[in-house]
Amino acid sequence: MDGFPILSLMLVVPLVAAVACLFVDAKTARLIALVATLVDFVLGCLLWANFDQNPSAPQWQFTEYAPVFGRFAWAMGIDGFALMLIMLSVFLMPICIGASWEAIEKRVPEYMALFLLVEVLMIGTFAAQDLFLFYMFFEAGLIPMYLIIGIWGGANRIYASYKFFLYTLLGSVLMFIAMLYMSSVAGTSYIPDLMAYDFPAGVQTWLWLAFFASFAVKMPMWPVHTWLPDAHVQAPTAGSVILAGVLLKLGGYGFLRFSLPMFPEASGELTWLIFALSAVAVIYTSLVALVQSDMKKLIAYSSVAHMAIVTIGLFAFNQQGIEGAMIVMLSHGLVSGALFLCVGVIYDRLHTREIARYGGLANNMPRYAILFLLFTMASIGLPGTSGFVGEFLSLAGTYQVSTWVALLCTTGIILGAAYMLYLYRRVVWGEIKSDDVRVMPDLSRREIALLAPVAAVVLWMGVYPESFLAPMRADVATLLERVNRGNPGSDSKPTAGKPAAIAAYEARVEEVSGHGEAAEGGEAAPAAAHGGGH
Amino acid sequence: MSYGTQMLFILPELVLTLGSLVLMLAAAWGGQASTRAISYAAVALLIGAGIALAGPASTGGEAFDGLWRSDAFGTFAKILIYIASGVAILIAPRFFADTSGDDLRPEYPVLMLLAAVGMGMMVSAADLLTLYVGLELQSLAAYVLASFMRRDQRSAEAGLKYFILGALASGILLYGISLVYGFSGTTLYSGISAAYAGTKSLGLLFGLVFVFAGLAFKIAAVPFHMWTPDVYEGAPTPVTLSFASAQKVAAVALALRIAVEAMGPATADWRQIVIFASLASIILGAVAAINQSNIKRLLAYSSINNIGFALIGLAAGTEDGIAAVLVYMTIYVAMTLGSFLVVLQMRGADGQPVESIASLSGMSRTRPGLALALAMFMFSLAGIPPLFGFYAKFAVFDAAVRAGLFPLAVIGIAASVIGAYYYLRIVKTMYFDEAAPAFAPSESVVEKGLIAASAVFISPAGYLLIPALSAASLTAARALF
Repeated sequence: MDGFPILSLMLVVPLVAAVACLFVDAKTARLIALVATLVDFVLGCLLWANFDQNPSAPQWQFTEYAPVFGRFAWAMGIDGFALMLIMLSVFLMPICIGASWEAIEKRVPEYMALFLLVEVLMIGTFAAQDLFLFYMFFEAGLIPMYLIIGIWGGANRIYASYKFFLYTLLGSVLMFIAMLYMSSVAGTSYIPDLMAYDFPAGVQTWLWLAFFASFAVKMPMWPVHTWLPDAHVQAPTAGSVILAGVLLKLGGYGFLRFSLPMFPEASGELTWLIFALSAVAVIYTSLVALVQSDMKKLIAYSSVAHMAIVTIGLFAFNQQGIEGAMIVMLSHGLVSGALFLCVGVIYDRLHTREIARYGGLANNMPRYAILFLLFTMASIGLPGTSGFVGEFLSLAGTYQVSTWVALLCTTGIILGAAYMLYLYRRVVWGEIKSDDVRVMPDLSRREIALLAPVAAVVLWMGVYPESFLAPMRADVATLLERVNRGNPGSDSKPTAGKPAAIAAYEARVEEVSGHGEAAEGGEAAPAAAHGGGH
Repeated sequence: MSYGTQMLFILPELVLTLGSLVLMLAAAWGGQASTRAISYAAVALLIGAGIALAGPASTGGEAFDGLWRSDAFGTFAKILIYIASGVAILIAPRFFADTSGDDLRPEYPVLMLLAAVGMGMMVSAADLLTLYVGLELQSLAAYVLASFMRRDQRSAEAGLKYFILGALASGILLYGISLVYGFSGTTLYSGISAAYAGTKSLGLLFGLVFVFAGLAFKIAAVPFHMWTPDVYEGAPTPVTLSFASAQKVAAVALALRIAVEAMGPATADWRQIVIFASLASIILGAVAAINQSNIKRLLAYSSINNIGFALIGLAAGTEDGIAAVLVYMTIYVAMTLGSFLVVLQMRGADGQPVESIASLSGMSRTRPGLALALAMFMFSLAGIPPLFGFYAKFAVFDAAVRAGLFPLAVIGIAASVIGAYYYLRIVKTMYFDEAAPAFAPSESVVEKGLIAASAVFISPAGYLLIPALSAASLTAARALF
């Protein structure tokens, strides 16, 4: 695969398909979109298969470089993080097209074209290796999402679309100024070079804050998360899937790609800010989720809570934290995407998202109930599902840095169980309350085909996460090496204790072997044992 | 240098001047029937003038004892001016035929040519009096053009308003020029520059302030912008198009040349004025546009807003900054031409032009291609990537950041988000709202072709032009330093 511009090809396929969609009728447009996204998925699989996971392999693979834009370049290339996120995008995309197969009836060609455009821009964002190319892909995503929410959204779609666009734009423009500064000082806009460039510590803080403004909004972190529930609720099902599944990951990816490696000192200094906002987010948004009467809004708030687990993991400055954060991102992309699909399934039948209107679906929709249960459990983080792996690693990493934050954020898991199980009980258990719910048919073959692959991957990631961790391992190590100097250190400062049991054991060993200097050896051995333990 | 050689330096202006005089005679004899022929001849003249730029006219340097400078900077601006004027001439006959009931009169292309001569003089002048003569030639032509639809009250009002406020602006500028002359003893840019480099006197400073106030009028920067919305709304759309594109380029290029060539040593003094005008234009242009219901008024505020961004590059005051302003104006001209060409397509079932934003409602269904083009222009004007308008903002903010003007860059870009709101409103009207009655279909291949060409230019494909564009703009900017 050396030298073959597979990343550019992955951008060209959906782009060409998007243009083609505009010139055909609805039926053909659906087909073109499905074929194009499947082709991209296959290309993605090829990408993964050819990705060299050896620790000795180059960090950036499949690189392309063409300085065609003067001030910046068409630079592409991926590492393990980008690979995983691209896989997530190309995996979810055919599912999104499938989910819109029947739900979208008006202006289908434009809809499919915009979705394909979203795919181009998402892959581009993850693959871009030039600061400004990244920014272009990152920002351009606003245009199709604005149109998708605004044209095919719910009743309050116009307000939601404006809010989404302007909120995220305001966050990003400050980052843009920071990028201009960085490229003028460092003399390059090539991301791998910038990741090795040391900005003065004082400047780093400002740059970090500018990037934070953008990524915190995208993430979204409390208190700038308010655009998310609006956008999610108003967007069509597939739009919500893409928003939750991939677009929210841009914030986390940004922290990972820019904030941490480019400004390690500032990241260390401002970890408290991330931790404080995340802890508030976990508890506050979980409580808010608990009282929602709208299913989509509930899942949207749960997304904010899950994303907070991502941010604490990223800023834990250790392997568990960063790997956990990545797995939470991937897992949340799948699980919340699937949950939105589950909502979409019953929304298509009853045209309401009011939780109170449903109930007792287990009676007439058993297959639906099973799949919904699986995703509910994955969202809670039940062992065996992808949610557990990510949240456990992330919290374990955080615990090493701050026990208090780990404690506070772990309550999110309990609260998460509360709101998800409460949701599940109200929608699926109990007696059927009304006739229109009673006549709702179970999952169609198409819907099963959409949900089953996600379910399979959720279990795969839960049972054997190594497949997903392996491509990222070398990158995590590289990142840690880079950021370690900013490591704020742990808040718990354990002192070497003198456990009586080990001392007694050592003494007895001494006695048995008949040595005379038992007291001296007994002092030294436990101390050594402790040193190893920390 | 022989007089003949110097004449070669002003060949484009000679071509246009003599050509327009001949065409005026032809118009006098040919009458109304000759309009189309004269229009095409005028466009041919503009193309000829463009070709004439290739020779000594763009490399010659000083001519006529320093009154004139033929350099790459002037050439860059003139190319934009000729293109924009050519478009304004090409689209006029159909507009007038459909709109006023009157056919276009043949004076229109002649006046456009004379305005182009004036604009050429503005951007190539190296002396305050050459500048003033050029400015007045352009302005007088523009006053007549603004009121060209004689039976339309708004057009007459626009012409009158433009004349009175334009005269006031000229007065202020002339007063500034007289102060500068009085305290420096010369009207040549080179001499003035030397005077500013020497001991600063209060008189020179006052002169500078008045000159910049006059220039701010001409480029429609806040606080001297108030004529713009009324004139843009009232003037016939092809004329508005030329005001918003050709004239804007000429005025901005003129301001750049005076700021750098004549008053370069006083950069620290005029930078404050430019920064204020820039931020005020960005913010006022954005806020005032929000409640507009007329598309031409909205585009007028948009032009004020855009001038604010262009001035950020001037505030930097570096070669990069000047080059960035030229890049900005190039892309701005494409976006403006495109937007006004779309406005020209807005006609009710009876063929009369419609200007309300509400009439765009649901255009994505009745005229999908046109809606897509306008949406692209709007996103581009808002500076959203991947459209080319983003690169325009990129260039000026890059220059500002390199010059260390961080507060200006941060406030400017934050205010651009306010501007994004009203551009989004147009997109929302076209894409989200229920369909209004469709516009009358258009048969004009020229207009459609021009819209398509500008749309392609500001599409992501435009990014491939960046190397060429930055090389050209940098060469042009270097000519000033």
